[in-house]
Amino acid sequence: MTEAPVLLKIDDLHAHYGESHVLHGLSFDIPQGEVVTLLGRNGVGKTTTLRCIMGMVGQRRGSILFAGKQLIQMASHQIARLGLAYCPEERGIFSSLNVAENLLLPPVVQAGGLSLQEILSLFPRLQERAGSQGTKLSGGEQQMLAIARILRTGARLLLLDEPTEGLAPVIVQQIGEIIAGLRDRGFTVLLVEQNFRFAQRLADRHYVVEHGRVVDMIRKDQLSVSAEKLRSYLGV
Amino acid sequence: MIFGVPLQALLGQLLLGLINGAFYAMLSLGLALIFGLLNIINFTHGALYMAGAFAAWLVLTYLGIGYWGALLLAPLAVGLFGMLLERFLLSRLYKLDHLYGLLLTFGLALVIEGGFRQLYGVSGMPYPVPKELQGGWNLGVMYLPIYRGWVVVVSASVCLGTWLLVEKTKLGSYLRAATENRALVQAFGINVPMMVTLTFGFGVALAALAGVLAAPIYSVNPLMGSNLIIVVFAVVVIGGMGSMGGAIITSFALGLVEGLTKLLYPEAASTIIFLVMAVLLLVKPAGLFGKER
Repeated sequence: MTEAPVLLKIDDLHAHYGESHVLHGLSFDIPQGEVVTLLGRNGVGKTTTLRCIMGMVGQRRGSILFAGKQLIQMASHQIARLGLAYCPEERGIFSSLNVAENLLLPPVVQAGGLSLQEILSLFPRLQERAGSQGTKLSGGEQQMLAIARILRTGARLLLLDEPTEGLAPVIVQQIGEIIAGLRDRGFTVLLVEQNFRFAQRLADRHYVVEHGRVVDMIRKDQLSVSAEKLRSYLGV
Repeated sequence: MIFGVPLQALLGQLLLGLINGAFYAMLSLGLALIFGLLNIINFTHGALYMAGAFAAWLVLTYLGIGYWGALLLAPLAVGLFGMLLERFLLSRLYKLDHLYGLLLTFGLALVIEGGFRQLYGVSGMPYPVPKELQGGWNLGVMYLPIYRGWVVVVSASVCLGTWLLVEKTKLGSYLRAATENRALVQAFGINVPMMVTLTFGFGVALAALAGVLAAPIYSVNPLMGSNLIIVVFAVVVIGGMGSMGGAIITSFALGLVEGLTKLLYPEAASTIIFLVMAVLLLVKPAGLFGKER
Protein backbone atom coordinates (compact mmCIF):
# COMPACT_ATOMS: atom_id res chain seq x y z
CA MET A 1 0.00 0.00 0.00
CA THR A 2 1.58 3.27 -1.03
CA GLU A 3 1.02 6.31 1.15
CA ALA A 4 -0.89 9.22 -0.33
CA PRO A 5 1.04 12.52 -0.29
CA VAL A 6 0.72 14.49 2.93
CA LEU A 7 -1.78 17.35 2.62
CA LEU A 8 -1.44 18.79 6.12
CA LYS A 9 1.67 18.44 8.27
CA ILE A 10 1.64 19.77 11.81
CA ASP A 11 4.88 19.90 13.72
CA ASP A 12 5.57 20.95 17.31
CA LEU A 13 2.42 23.06 17.60
CA HIS A 14 2.00 25.09 20.79
CA ALA A 15 -1.05 27.16 21.71
CA HIS A 16 -1.98 29.35 24.65
CA TYR A 17 -5.23 30.89 25.82
CA GLY A 18 -4.06 33.69 28.07
CA GLU A 19 -2.09 32.03 30.85
CA SER A 20 -3.03 28.48 30.05
CA HIS A 21 -0.80 26.45 27.76
CA VAL A 22 -3.16 24.16 25.83
CA LEU A 23 -1.07 22.49 23.12
CA HIS A 24 2.38 21.24 24.05
CA GLY A 25 4.22 20.44 20.85
CA LEU A 26 1.50 18.55 19.00
CA SER A 27 2.49 16.86 15.74
CA PHE A 28 0.66 14.78 13.14
CA ASP A 29 0.18 14.34 9.40
CA ILE A 30 -2.93 14.06 7.26
CA PRO A 31 -2.49 12.23 3.95
CA GLN A 32 -4.51 13.55 1.06
CA GLY A 33 -7.91 11.93 0.62
CA GLU A 34 -8.11 10.32 4.05
CA VAL A 35 -10.59 10.74 6.85
CA VAL A 36 -8.55 11.27 10.00
CA THR A 37 -9.86 11.63 13.54
CA LEU A 38 -8.47 13.24 16.64
CA LEU A 39 -9.56 11.17 19.61
CA GLY A 40 -9.16 12.03 23.25
CA ARG A 41 -10.93 13.03 26.40
CA ASN A 42 -12.51 16.44 26.95
CA GLY A 43 -10.10 19.31 27.28
CA VAL A 44 -7.01 17.67 25.78
CA GLY A 45 -6.82 20.28 22.99
CA LYS A 46 -8.66 18.76 20.02
CA THR A 47 -10.83 21.80 19.29
CA THR A 48 -7.86 24.09 19.90
CA THR A 49 -5.93 22.12 17.27
CA LEU A 50 -8.65 22.78 14.69
CA ARG A 51 -8.83 26.45 15.64
CA CYS A 52 -5.04 26.73 15.35
CA ILE A 53 -5.12 25.26 11.86
CA MET A 54 -7.74 27.89 10.90
CA GLY A 55 -5.70 30.68 12.48
CA MET A 56 -8.34 31.39 15.10
CA VAL A 57 -6.06 31.10 18.14
CA GLY A 58 -4.06 34.24 18.80
CA GLN A 59 -1.08 32.67 20.54
CA ARG A 60 0.22 29.80 18.46
CA ARG A 61 3.67 28.68 17.33
CA GLY A 62 5.23 25.72 15.62
CA SER A 63 4.63 24.63 12.05
CA ILE A 64 1.43 23.98 10.10
CA LEU A 65 2.16 23.10 6.48
CA PHE A 66 -0.79 22.82 4.10
CA ALA A 67 0.13 21.62 0.61
CA GLY A 68 3.62 22.95 1.31
CA LYS A 69 2.49 26.40 2.52
CA GLN A 70 3.25 27.56 6.05
CA LEU A 71 0.03 28.69 7.79
CA ILE A 72 1.31 29.55 11.24
CA GLN A 73 1.63 33.31 10.62
CA MET A 74 -1.34 33.71 8.31
CA ALA A 75 -4.60 35.48 9.13
CA SER A 76 -7.68 33.32 9.31
CA HIS A 77 -9.22 34.56 6.05
CA GLN A 78 -6.00 33.93 4.14
CA ILE A 79 -5.92 30.35 5.41
CA ALA A 80 -9.51 29.76 4.33
CA ARG A 81 -8.66 31.07 0.86
CA LEU A 82 -6.10 28.28 0.45
CA GLY A 83 -8.88 25.70 0.61
CA LEU A 84 -9.50 24.81 4.24
CA ALA A 85 -12.95 24.98 5.80
CA TYR A 86 -14.12 24.70 9.37
CA CYS A 87 -17.36 23.47 10.89
CA PRO A 88 -17.32 24.44 14.56
CA GLU A 89 -18.66 22.33 17.40
CA GLU A 90 -21.33 24.89 18.25
CA ARG A 91 -22.24 24.85 14.52
CA GLY A 92 -22.11 28.61 14.15
CA ILE A 93 -25.45 29.06 12.42
CA PHE A 94 -26.21 32.78 12.24
CA SER A 95 -29.54 33.81 13.72
CA SER A 96 -29.76 37.04 11.76
CA LEU A 97 -29.46 35.14 8.48
CA ASN A 98 -32.04 32.83 6.96
CA VAL A 99 -31.18 29.28 5.89
CA ALA A 100 -30.37 30.25 2.31
CA GLU A 101 -28.17 33.13 3.43
CA ASN A 102 -26.36 30.87 5.90
CA LEU A 103 -25.80 28.33 3.15
CA LEU A 104 -24.44 30.88 0.69
CA LEU A 105 -22.38 32.84 3.21
CA PRO A 106 -18.93 31.23 2.83
CA PRO A 107 -17.43 32.49 -0.43
CA VAL A 108 -16.25 30.01 -3.04
CA VAL A 109 -12.45 29.99 -2.71
CA GLN A 110 -11.59 27.64 -5.57
CA ALA A 111 -13.19 25.39 -8.15
CA GLY A 112 -14.10 21.83 -7.26
CA GLY A 113 -16.77 22.37 -4.62
CA LEU A 114 -20.23 20.85 -4.79
CA SER A 115 -22.78 22.78 -6.79
CA LEU A 116 -25.76 24.24 -5.01
CA GLN A 117 -27.93 21.66 -6.75
CA GLU A 118 -25.82 18.76 -5.51
CA ILE A 119 -25.92 20.16 -1.99
CA LEU A 120 -29.68 20.56 -2.02
CA SER A 121 -30.14 17.00 -3.26
CA LEU A 122 -27.92 15.80 -0.39
CA PHE A 123 -29.81 17.98 2.10
CA PRO A 124 -33.37 18.38 0.79
CA ARG A 125 -34.60 19.86 4.09
CA LEU A 126 -32.47 22.95 3.50
CA GLN A 127 -34.42 23.77 0.38
CA GLU A 128 -37.75 23.34 2.15
CA ARG A 129 -36.65 25.63 4.96
CA ALA A 130 -34.67 28.11 2.82
CA GLY A 131 -36.58 31.15 4.10
CA SER A 132 -36.56 30.22 7.81
CA GLN A 133 -34.31 31.90 10.32
CA GLY A 134 -31.12 29.79 10.56
CA THR A 135 -31.41 29.07 14.25
CA LYS A 136 -35.07 27.98 13.97
CA LEU A 137 -33.90 24.68 12.44
CA SER A 138 -33.69 21.56 14.58
CA GLY A 139 -30.28 20.56 15.95
CA GLY A 140 -29.80 17.95 13.25
CA GLU A 141 -30.83 20.35 10.48
CA GLN A 142 -28.47 22.99 11.83
CA GLN A 143 -25.63 20.48 11.74
CA MET A 144 -26.51 19.57 8.15
CA LEU A 145 -26.52 23.26 7.27
CA ALA A 146 -23.16 23.79 8.97
CA ILE A 147 -21.64 20.97 6.92
CA ALA A 148 -23.49 21.84 3.72
CA ARG A 149 -22.28 25.42 3.61
CA ILE A 150 -18.59 24.47 3.59
CA LEU A 151 -19.02 21.97 0.74
CA ARG A 152 -19.75 24.73 -1.76
CA THR A 153 -16.50 26.58 -1.20
CA GLY A 154 -14.16 24.22 -3.00
CA ALA A 155 -12.12 23.65 0.16
CA ARG A 156 -10.14 20.41 -0.06
CA LEU A 157 -9.60 19.92 3.66
CA LEU A 158 -12.67 19.96 5.90
CA LEU A 159 -12.27 20.33 9.64
CA LEU A 160 -15.34 18.98 11.43
CA ASP A 161 -15.62 19.44 15.18
CA GLU A 162 -17.95 16.87 16.80
CA PRO A 163 -20.52 16.81 14.01
CA THR A 164 -22.62 14.14 15.77
CA GLU A 165 -22.79 15.69 19.22
CA GLY A 166 -26.27 15.60 20.70
CA LEU A 167 -27.96 14.21 17.59
CA ALA A 168 -30.39 11.32 17.16
CA PRO A 169 -28.91 8.00 15.91
CA VAL A 170 -30.65 8.19 12.56
CA ILE A 171 -29.12 11.61 11.90
CA VAL A 172 -25.71 10.44 13.10
CA GLN A 173 -25.93 7.65 10.55
CA GLN A 174 -26.87 10.13 7.83
CA ILE A 175 -23.90 12.34 8.68
CA GLY A 176 -21.67 9.25 8.56
CA GLU A 177 -22.89 8.49 5.04
CA ILE A 178 -22.26 12.06 3.98
CA ILE A 179 -18.68 12.03 5.28
CA ALA A 180 -18.01 8.69 3.58
CA GLY A 181 -19.42 10.19 0.37
CA LEU A 182 -17.09 13.16 0.72
CA ARG A 183 -14.07 10.87 0.94
CA ASP A 184 -15.21 9.14 -2.24
CA ARG A 185 -15.23 12.53 -3.92
CA GLY A 186 -11.63 13.12 -2.90
CA PHE A 187 -12.14 15.45 0.07
CA THR A 188 -9.76 15.15 2.99
CA VAL A 189 -11.47 15.28 6.38
CA LEU A 190 -10.14 15.96 9.86
CA LEU A 191 -12.72 14.92 12.38
CA VAL A 192 -12.79 15.62 16.09
CA GLU A 193 -15.10 13.07 17.64
CA GLN A 194 -16.14 11.85 21.07
CA ASN A 195 -18.36 9.18 19.56
CA PHE A 196 -15.77 6.49 18.90
CA ARG A 197 -18.24 3.98 17.47
CA PHE A 198 -19.08 6.58 14.83
CA ALA A 199 -15.45 7.44 14.18
CA GLN A 200 -14.16 3.90 13.86
CA ARG A 201 -16.42 3.05 10.94
CA LEU A 202 -15.37 6.13 9.01
CA ALA A 203 -11.79 6.99 9.65
CA ASP A 204 -8.68 5.72 7.88
CA ARG A 205 -6.55 6.59 10.86
CA HIS A 206 -6.93 7.89 14.39
CA TYR A 207 -4.61 10.12 16.35
CA VAL A 208 -4.90 9.95 20.11
CA VAL A 209 -4.45 13.28 21.88
CA GLU A 210 -3.49 13.60 25.55
CA HIS A 211 -2.47 16.79 27.36
CA GLY A 212 -1.95 18.75 24.16
CA ARG A 213 0.19 16.14 22.41
CA VAL A 214 -0.45 13.34 19.94
CA VAL A 215 0.55 10.22 21.83
CA ASP A 216 -0.42 7.48 19.42
CA MET A 217 -1.57 6.74 15.90
CA ILE A 218 -3.83 3.82 15.08
CA ARG A 219 -4.70 2.81 11.54
CA LYS A 220 -8.06 1.42 10.62
CA ASP A 221 -6.67 -2.09 10.12
CA GLN A 222 -5.04 -2.10 13.57
CA LEU A 223 -8.19 -1.13 15.43
CA SER A 224 -9.12 -4.64 16.52
CA VAL A 225 -5.70 -5.39 18.00
CA SER A 226 -5.46 -1.94 19.61
CA ALA A 227 -8.90 -1.97 21.19
CA GLU A 228 -7.54 -2.48 24.70
CA LYS A 229 -5.00 0.32 24.33
CA LEU A 230 -7.67 2.71 23.01
CA ARG A 231 -9.98 1.97 25.88
CA SER A 232 -7.30 3.01 28.34
CA TYR A 233 -6.59 6.23 26.38
CA LEU A 234 -10.21 7.24 26.20
CA GLY A 235 -11.26 5.88 29.55
CA VAL A 236 -14.40 4.25 28.16
CA MET B 1 -58.31 73.05 15.23
CA ILE B 2 -57.31 69.66 16.65
CA PHE B 3 -57.23 69.24 20.45
CA GLY B 4 -57.37 73.01 20.72
CA VAL B 5 -54.27 73.37 18.57
CA PRO B 6 -54.39 75.22 15.25
CA LEU B 7 -53.78 72.79 12.38
CA GLN B 8 -51.09 75.01 10.97
CA ALA B 9 -49.10 74.97 14.20
CA LEU B 10 -49.54 71.23 14.49
CA LEU B 11 -48.24 70.57 10.99
CA GLY B 12 -45.41 73.01 11.52
CA GLN B 13 -44.24 71.20 14.62
CA LEU B 14 -44.65 67.83 12.96
CA LEU B 15 -42.41 69.00 10.13
CA LEU B 16 -39.85 70.24 12.61
CA GLY B 17 -40.09 66.89 14.37
CA LEU B 18 -39.54 65.07 11.07
CA ILE B 19 -36.44 67.16 10.36
CA ASN B 20 -35.01 66.48 13.81
CA GLY B 21 -35.92 62.83 13.29
CA ALA B 22 -34.06 62.86 9.98
CA PHE B 23 -30.85 63.95 11.70
CA TYR B 24 -31.35 61.52 14.57
CA ALA B 25 -31.88 58.73 12.03
CA MET B 26 -28.70 59.32 10.04
CA LEU B 27 -26.63 59.57 13.19
CA SER B 28 -28.20 56.71 15.11
CA LEU B 29 -28.00 54.43 12.07
CA GLY B 30 -24.23 54.91 11.92
CA LEU B 31 -23.92 54.42 15.66
CA ALA B 32 -25.95 51.21 15.50
CA LEU B 33 -23.88 49.87 12.59
CA ILE B 34 -20.64 50.64 14.40
CA PHE B 35 -21.78 49.29 17.74
CA GLY B 36 -23.04 46.09 16.12
CA LEU B 37 -19.83 45.22 14.34
CA LEU B 38 -17.11 46.93 16.37
CA ASN B 39 -18.69 46.74 19.79
CA ILE B 40 -17.64 50.34 20.28
CA ILE B 41 -19.87 53.11 21.53
CA ASN B 42 -18.60 55.82 19.22
CA PHE B 43 -18.56 59.12 21.06
CA THR B 44 -16.73 60.82 18.18
CA HIS B 45 -19.94 60.60 16.16
CA GLY B 46 -21.17 64.07 17.13
CA ALA B 47 -17.76 65.61 16.53
CA LEU B 48 -17.56 64.01 13.10
CA TYR B 49 -21.05 65.27 12.25
CA MET B 50 -19.74 68.73 13.13
CA ALA B 51 -16.59 68.04 11.09
CA GLY B 52 -18.83 67.21 8.12
CA ALA B 53 -20.57 70.58 8.41
CA PHE B 54 -17.20 72.30 8.77
CA ALA B 55 -15.81 70.46 5.76
CA ALA B 56 -18.70 71.89 3.72
CA TRP B 57 -18.01 75.38 5.03
CA LEU B 58 -14.25 75.05 4.47
CA VAL B 59 -14.46 73.84 0.87
CA LEU B 60 -16.92 76.63 0.14
CA THR B 61 -14.83 79.33 1.81
CA TYR B 62 -11.37 78.30 0.60
CA LEU B 63 -11.99 76.34 -2.60
CA GLY B 64 -15.27 77.78 -3.77
CA ILE B 65 -16.85 74.32 -3.89
CA GLY B 66 -20.56 74.63 -3.19
CA TYR B 67 -23.20 72.52 -1.52
CA TRP B 68 -23.46 69.76 -4.12
CA GLY B 69 -19.73 69.12 -4.15
CA ALA B 70 -19.64 69.23 -0.36
CA LEU B 71 -22.40 66.64 -0.19
CA LEU B 72 -19.90 64.26 -1.80
CA LEU B 73 -16.56 65.54 -0.49
CA ALA B 74 -17.34 65.96 3.20
CA PRO B 75 -18.52 62.38 3.80
CA LEU B 76 -15.54 61.10 1.80
CA ALA B 77 -13.01 63.11 3.78
CA VAL B 78 -14.58 62.33 7.15
CA GLY B 79 -15.01 58.68 6.18
CA LEU B 80 -11.32 58.44 5.32
CA PHE B 81 -10.39 60.11 8.58
CA GLY B 82 -12.62 57.60 10.37
CA MET B 83 -10.93 54.68 8.65
CA LEU B 84 -7.53 55.91 9.83
CA LEU B 85 -8.94 56.30 13.32
CA GLU B 86 -10.22 52.73 13.27
CA ARG B 87 -7.06 51.25 11.80
CA PHE B 88 -4.58 52.93 14.12
CA LEU B 89 -6.49 53.48 17.37
CA LEU B 90 -9.80 51.64 17.75
CA SER B 91 -8.53 48.34 16.36
CA ARG B 92 -6.32 48.00 19.42
CA LEU B 93 -9.31 47.99 21.75
CA TYR B 94 -11.52 45.19 20.41
CA LYS B 95 -10.35 42.64 22.93
CA LEU B 96 -10.98 44.98 25.86
CA ASP B 97 -14.14 46.06 27.63
CA HIS B 98 -16.65 48.48 25.99
CA LEU B 99 -15.51 51.10 28.41
CA TYR B 100 -12.12 51.58 26.76
CA GLY B 101 -13.66 52.33 23.39
CA LEU B 102 -16.04 54.75 25.03
CA LEU B 103 -13.23 56.55 26.85
CA LEU B 104 -11.01 56.77 23.77
CA THR B 105 -13.75 58.04 21.49
CA PHE B 106 -14.99 60.49 24.12
CA GLY B 107 -11.46 61.87 24.48
CA LEU B 108 -11.08 62.09 20.71
CA ALA B 109 -14.39 63.93 20.45
CA LEU B 110 -13.14 66.52 22.94
CA VAL B 111 -9.88 66.89 21.01
CA ILE B 112 -11.64 67.33 17.66
CA GLU B 113 -14.15 69.80 19.03
CA GLY B 114 -11.46 71.66 20.94
CA GLY B 115 -9.41 71.95 17.76
CA PHE B 116 -12.26 73.51 15.79
CA ARG B 117 -13.10 75.81 18.70
CA GLN B 118 -9.53 77.01 18.86
CA LEU B 119 -9.47 77.73 15.14
CA TYR B 120 -12.96 79.09 14.52
CA GLY B 121 -14.46 80.15 17.85
CA VAL B 122 -17.97 79.24 18.96
CA SER B 123 -20.03 81.96 17.38
CA GLY B 124 -20.91 79.84 14.35
CA MET B 125 -20.58 80.46 10.63
CA PRO B 126 -23.57 80.86 8.32
CA TYR B 127 -23.85 78.50 5.37
CA PRO B 128 -26.20 79.46 2.54
CA VAL B 129 -29.05 77.30 1.31
CA PRO B 130 -28.12 76.26 -2.25
CA LYS B 131 -30.05 78.33 -4.75
CA GLU B 132 -31.75 75.29 -6.29
CA LEU B 133 -33.38 74.55 -2.92
CA GLN B 134 -34.32 78.07 -1.86
CA GLY B 135 -37.89 79.16 -1.38
CA GLY B 136 -40.82 77.03 -0.42
CA TRP B 137 -44.17 75.64 -1.34
CA ASN B 138 -47.47 76.85 -0.03
CA LEU B 139 -49.34 73.65 0.71
CA GLY B 140 -52.51 75.49 1.64
CA VAL B 141 -52.46 74.44 5.27
CA MET B 142 -48.78 75.27 5.76
CA TYR B 143 -45.67 76.69 4.16
CA LEU B 144 -43.00 74.08 3.42
CA PRO B 145 -39.46 75.40 2.90
CA ILE B 146 -38.04 73.33 0.05
CA TYR B 147 -34.74 72.79 1.81
CA ARG B 148 -36.40 71.22 4.86
CA GLY B 149 -38.39 68.87 2.68
CA TRP B 150 -35.19 67.98 0.88
CA VAL B 151 -33.45 67.07 4.16
CA VAL B 152 -36.26 64.72 5.15
CA VAL B 153 -36.32 63.07 1.73
CA VAL B 154 -32.54 62.63 1.55
CA SER B 155 -32.32 61.25 5.05
CA ALA B 156 -35.20 58.84 4.55
CA SER B 157 -33.70 57.61 1.26
CA VAL B 158 -30.22 57.18 2.71
CA CYS B 159 -31.63 55.29 5.69
CA LEU B 160 -33.77 53.07 3.49
CA GLY B 161 -30.81 52.41 1.16
CA THR B 162 -28.55 51.50 4.06
CA TRP B 163 -31.18 49.25 5.55
CA LEU B 164 -31.65 47.46 2.21
CA LEU B 165 -27.88 47.11 1.85
CA VAL B 166 -27.57 45.50 5.27
CA GLU B 167 -30.69 43.35 5.24
CA LYS B 168 -31.06 42.29 1.62
CA THR B 169 -27.64 41.99 -0.01
CA LYS B 170 -24.79 39.52 0.10
CA LEU B 171 -22.48 42.16 1.54
CA GLY B 172 -25.09 42.81 4.21
CA SER B 173 -25.23 39.12 5.09
CA TYR B 174 -21.45 39.20 5.72
CA LEU B 175 -21.99 42.21 7.96
CA ARG B 176 -24.84 40.65 9.91
CA ALA B 177 -22.94 37.39 10.30
CA ALA B 178 -19.76 39.16 11.43
CA THR B 179 -21.81 41.10 13.98
CA GLU B 180 -22.75 37.73 15.50
CA ASN B 181 -19.47 35.85 15.16
CA ARG B 182 -16.53 37.68 13.65
CA ALA B 183 -14.00 34.90 14.06
CA LEU B 184 -16.10 32.36 12.18
CA VAL B 185 -16.91 34.71 9.31
CA GLN B 186 -13.20 35.41 8.94
CA ALA B 187 -12.49 31.68 9.01
CA PHE B 188 -14.76 31.37 5.96
CA GLY B 189 -12.31 33.50 4.03
CA ILE B 190 -13.82 36.96 4.41
CA ASN B 191 -11.45 39.79 5.21
CA VAL B 192 -13.22 40.89 8.37
CA PRO B 193 -10.63 43.45 9.57
CA MET B 194 -11.06 45.32 6.27
CA MET B 195 -14.84 45.07 6.53
CA VAL B 196 -14.67 46.55 10.03
CA THR B 197 -12.59 49.48 8.80
CA LEU B 198 -14.97 50.14 5.91
CA THR B 199 -18.01 49.89 8.17
CA PHE B 200 -16.59 52.43 10.58
CA GLY B 201 -15.75 54.70 7.65
CA PHE B 202 -19.27 54.33 6.27
CA GLY B 203 -20.88 54.97 9.66
CA VAL B 204 -18.99 58.21 10.23
CA ALA B 205 -19.51 59.24 6.60
CA LEU B 206 -23.25 59.11 7.32
CA ALA B 207 -22.63 61.46 10.26
CA ALA B 208 -20.68 63.82 8.00
CA LEU B 209 -23.44 63.74 5.40
CA ALA B 210 -25.91 64.69 8.12
CA GLY B 211 -23.55 67.51 9.03
CA VAL B 212 -23.58 68.89 5.48
CA LEU B 213 -27.38 68.65 5.38
CA ALA B 214 -27.54 70.49 8.70
CA ALA B 215 -25.18 73.31 7.72
CA PRO B 216 -27.77 75.53 5.96
CA ILE B 217 -30.36 74.97 8.71
CA TYR B 218 -28.28 75.47 11.83
CA SER B 219 -25.12 77.51 11.60
CA VAL B 220 -21.78 75.71 11.35
CA ASN B 221 -20.55 75.60 14.91
CA PRO B 222 -17.92 73.52 16.75
CA LEU B 223 -20.46 72.56 19.41
CA MET B 224 -23.31 71.55 17.09
CA GLY B 225 -22.38 67.88 17.46
CA SER B 226 -22.19 67.66 21.20
CA ASN B 227 -25.62 69.26 21.50
CA LEU B 228 -27.13 66.64 19.25
CA ILE B 229 -25.22 63.50 20.14
CA ILE B 230 -26.61 63.10 23.66
CA VAL B 231 -30.16 62.99 22.28
CA VAL B 232 -29.02 60.57 19.58
CA PHE B 233 -27.56 58.24 22.18
CA ALA B 234 -30.89 58.27 23.99
CA VAL B 235 -32.59 57.43 20.67
CA VAL B 236 -30.22 54.51 20.11
CA VAL B 237 -30.84 53.20 23.61
CA ILE B 238 -34.61 53.43 23.09
CA GLY B 239 -34.42 51.72 19.70
CA GLY B 240 -32.13 48.99 20.99
CA MET B 241 -28.36 48.96 20.59
CA GLY B 242 -27.22 47.47 17.32
CA SER B 243 -30.63 47.28 15.61
CA MET B 244 -30.64 49.00 12.21
CA GLY B 245 -34.35 49.19 11.49
CA GLY B 246 -35.01 49.96 15.14
CA ALA B 247 -32.68 52.95 15.04
CA ILE B 248 -34.36 54.42 11.94
CA ILE B 249 -37.96 53.98 13.05
CA THR B 250 -37.26 55.18 16.59
CA SER B 251 -35.45 58.25 15.30
CA PHE B 252 -38.32 59.51 13.19
CA ALA B 253 -40.91 58.54 15.82
CA LEU B 254 -39.06 60.35 18.59
CA GLY B 255 -38.54 63.38 16.38
CA LEU B 256 -42.32 63.55 15.99
CA VAL B 257 -42.91 62.98 19.71
CA GLU B 258 -40.53 65.82 20.44
CA GLY B 259 -42.31 68.08 17.96
CA LEU B 260 -45.72 67.33 19.47
CA THR B 261 -44.42 67.92 22.97
CA LYS B 262 -43.20 71.34 21.91
CA LEU B 263 -46.75 72.16 21.00
CA LEU B 264 -48.63 70.61 23.89
CA TYR B 265 -46.21 71.19 26.75
CA PRO B 266 -43.19 73.18 25.55
CA GLU B 267 -41.42 73.01 28.91
CA ALA B 268 -40.88 69.26 28.48
CA ALA B 269 -39.72 69.39 24.85
CA SER B 270 -36.03 69.04 25.61
CA THR B 271 -36.48 66.30 28.20
CA ILE B 272 -39.25 64.17 26.72
CA ILE B 273 -36.85 61.81 24.94
CA PHE B 274 -34.95 61.13 28.15
CA LEU B 275 -38.21 60.55 29.94
CA VAL B 276 -39.23 58.02 27.29
CA MET B 277 -35.81 56.40 27.65
CA ALA B 278 -36.07 56.09 31.43
CA VAL B 279 -39.56 54.59 31.32
CA LEU B 280 -38.69 52.23 28.50
CA LEU B 281 -35.55 50.95 30.19
CA LEU B 282 -37.65 50.00 33.20
CA VAL B 283 -40.02 47.98 31.04
CA LYS B 284 -37.75 46.74 28.28
CA PRO B 285 -34.06 47.02 29.15
CA ALA B 286 -32.89 45.90 25.68
CA GLY B 287 -34.78 48.72 23.96
CA LEU B 288 -37.74 48.54 21.58
CA PHE B 289 -36.05 46.51 18.86
CA GLY B 290 -32.97 45.16 20.67
CA LYS B 291 -32.33 41.56 21.60
CA GLU B 292 -31.58 40.67 25.19
CA ARG B 293 -27.96 39.58 25.46
